[in-house]
Amino acid sequence: MRKELEKYFRKDKLPHIWCPGCGHGIITGAVIRAIDNLKLEQNKICIVSGIGCSSRAPGYLNFNTLHTTHGRALAFATGIKMANPELKIIVLTGDGDCSAIGGNHFIHAARRNIDITTVVFNNSIYGMTSGQYSPMTPKGAFATTAPYGNIDRNFDLCKLAQAAGATYVARGTVYHVPQLIKLMEKALKHKGFSLIDVVDICPTYFGRRNKMGSPVVMMEKIREMSITARTAAKLPPEELSEKIVIGEFYEEQAPEYTEEYAKVMKKAQGGKLNE
Amino acid sequence: MLSRKIMLMQGNEACVEGALAAGMRFFAGYPITPSTEIAEIAAERLPKVGGKFIQMEDELASMGAVVGASLAGLKAMTATSGPGFSLKQENIGFACLTEVPCVVVNVQRGGPSTGLPTLPAQGDVMQTRWGTHGDHPIIVISPSSVREVYDMTIRAFNLSEKYRVPCILLMDEVVAHMRERVELPDKSSIDIINRKKVASTLSDYKPYMDYDSDGIPPMANFGDGIPFHVTGLIHDISGFPSTNPKVTEDLINRLMNKINNNIGDIIEYEKLYMEDAETVIVTFGCTARSVLSAIRVLRQEGLKIGMLRLKTIWPFAHIAIKELMQSSVNTLIVAEMNYGQLLETVKASAEGAFRIYGLNKYNGELITPQEVIDKVREVAEYA
Repeated sequence: MRKELEKYFRKDKLPHIWCPGCGHGIITGAVIRAIDNLKLEQNKICIVSGIGCSSRAPGYLNFNTLHTTHGRALAFATGIKMANPELKIIVLTGDGDCSAIGGNHFIHAARRNIDITTVVFNNSIYGMTSGQYSPMTPKGAFATTAPYGNIDRNFDLCKLAQAAGATYVARGTVYHVPQLIKLMEKALKHKGFSLIDVVDICPTYFGRRNKMGSPVVMMEKIREMSITARTAAKLPPEELSEKIVIGEFYEEQAPEYTEEYAKVMKKAQGGKLNE
Repeated sequence: MLSRKIMLMQGNEACVEGALAAGMRFFAGYPITPSTEIAEIAAERLPKVGGKFIQMEDELASMGAVVGASLAGLKAMTATSGPGFSLKQENIGFACLTEVPCVVVNVQRGGPSTGLPTLPAQGDVMQTRWGTHGDHPIIVISPSSVREVYDMTIRAFNLSEKYRVPCILLMDEVVAHMRERVELPDKSSIDIINRKKVASTLSDYKPYMDYDSDGIPPMANFGDGIPFHVTGLIHDISGFPSTNPKVTEDLINRLMNKINNNIGDIIEYEKLYMEDAETVIVTFGCTARSVLSAIRVLRQEGLKIGMLRLKTIWPFAHIAIKELMQSSVNTLIVAEMNYGQLLETVKASAEGAFRIYGLNKYNGELITPQEVIDKVREVAEYA
């Protein structure tokens, strides 16, 4: 790690709890590098998480940090952002935390277009509880709770976010790190709800049960499966089923929620509300 | 001379007025009968005073948003009823453990489940105490009139801010929807308590360190310039997770003791017609109104009846029961609109010192003064 990045970490809280080969450190590192590249003010950043392996990340990071209840990071984050719109809010969450138990908060935060950057550590599994299937586990994959293969169809989180109203939507991977940092920079600069779905690896619980080989092999697999959004747009849908489409999917400038509420306050104080 | 402010006001309206007077600047809620007016009025009033209102996607989210807003420095409240109160429990527990001040209004309706949405009940007494899992501190207060809703909402904020604990304002459908003539106090006469701030001279802030040896750590806000960590895991004084038995025990003890060591400040109750009373009716909330009517009738007949009205429900007013042991009282009747939730607590507190009977109703109707009178006469026959 570069010396100048150390200030972003609570070094006394390291080493982290993540398993060898886990991709979570790569994503956490990308978040920090994006913050550093943008020279964002450390005290004006608030990092919020839910429950799960990825949600432990804020404990290692030297900002205002809040480790909430399972699935609820975006609800707490919404309260913080409303209370103090000057704060830059980053939500770090996992695929289960965000899309299962937190699914409702996810679509509604996106719908409001509240200025929160959500980074999903998407490793296709519940790691903290040792390997149950999540709404992002591919169909057919094995998990402790899918011993005969997963029959659930998985979400495309980017499509879900876009449909719900998110105004910046992108997907990166733990293999394509320079791109991931760039996507995070764009998300952090974007005003409104932004999502970065980060395809991640869990060698311990997903990789082992699905006989995917070492972390290095799992990373190579991500590289092989990835194609850019631009290339994907030219391919027929059947050729995309085994692909990870990465890059930017959507960007729109739309009214941001706390700015809209500031207008409400102005209106109310001008006495224009029905008294 | 203070200007008198007299108006006809609904309980739910008085709740918002009290909250604003206490300094509420954030409300997150979700529609549910019979508490919805609180959200509606908050939506109109808050932006006028520079406060924020948001209707969240569900009850869990509104409780989460309230905790978030409070951590960012605003006095925050939410309001709900039985089903919604059930849904909020996990995040109420989060606020208990992380010591985030907030006010949760529960306007009780008939239960269990969806129950009787538009009808009154007092069936959430035990849920307010033990609704969220694990050992935790909590304060619950319950008003009996519209004016008292106003005063108690202010008190709820004050207690919550002072002790860094969620305070539940336990209302019922009757008090919430009733309209009464109310004279509000002059703002200058209202005592407002704000959370203890972190001294600016303090370096190396530890968010859960008992700096003042009173069990209540000072609180920084997110964005103040002192980065700190908050987690729903058991944590040490620096705020970071720990599974150390000593750390765990110390934390739970401090959380419980900051309430237990201050019950004189937290517990309030009202005693009426007690000077020579032999039978005392223990009650709270809207039921106290019927009880009082009944006592006035019975007193005219020469019966020695008094009333103990609990204003603080939790922590329970054991002190009030102990006081009765030093008096002429020999019989207690616990009147409540549930199957006997407070009754069991009163029995435990009395340790066999009195004959104790329950007057319970759980059919969506009020306990009437006549029913109280009948119960008193029935109990008198056993004597």
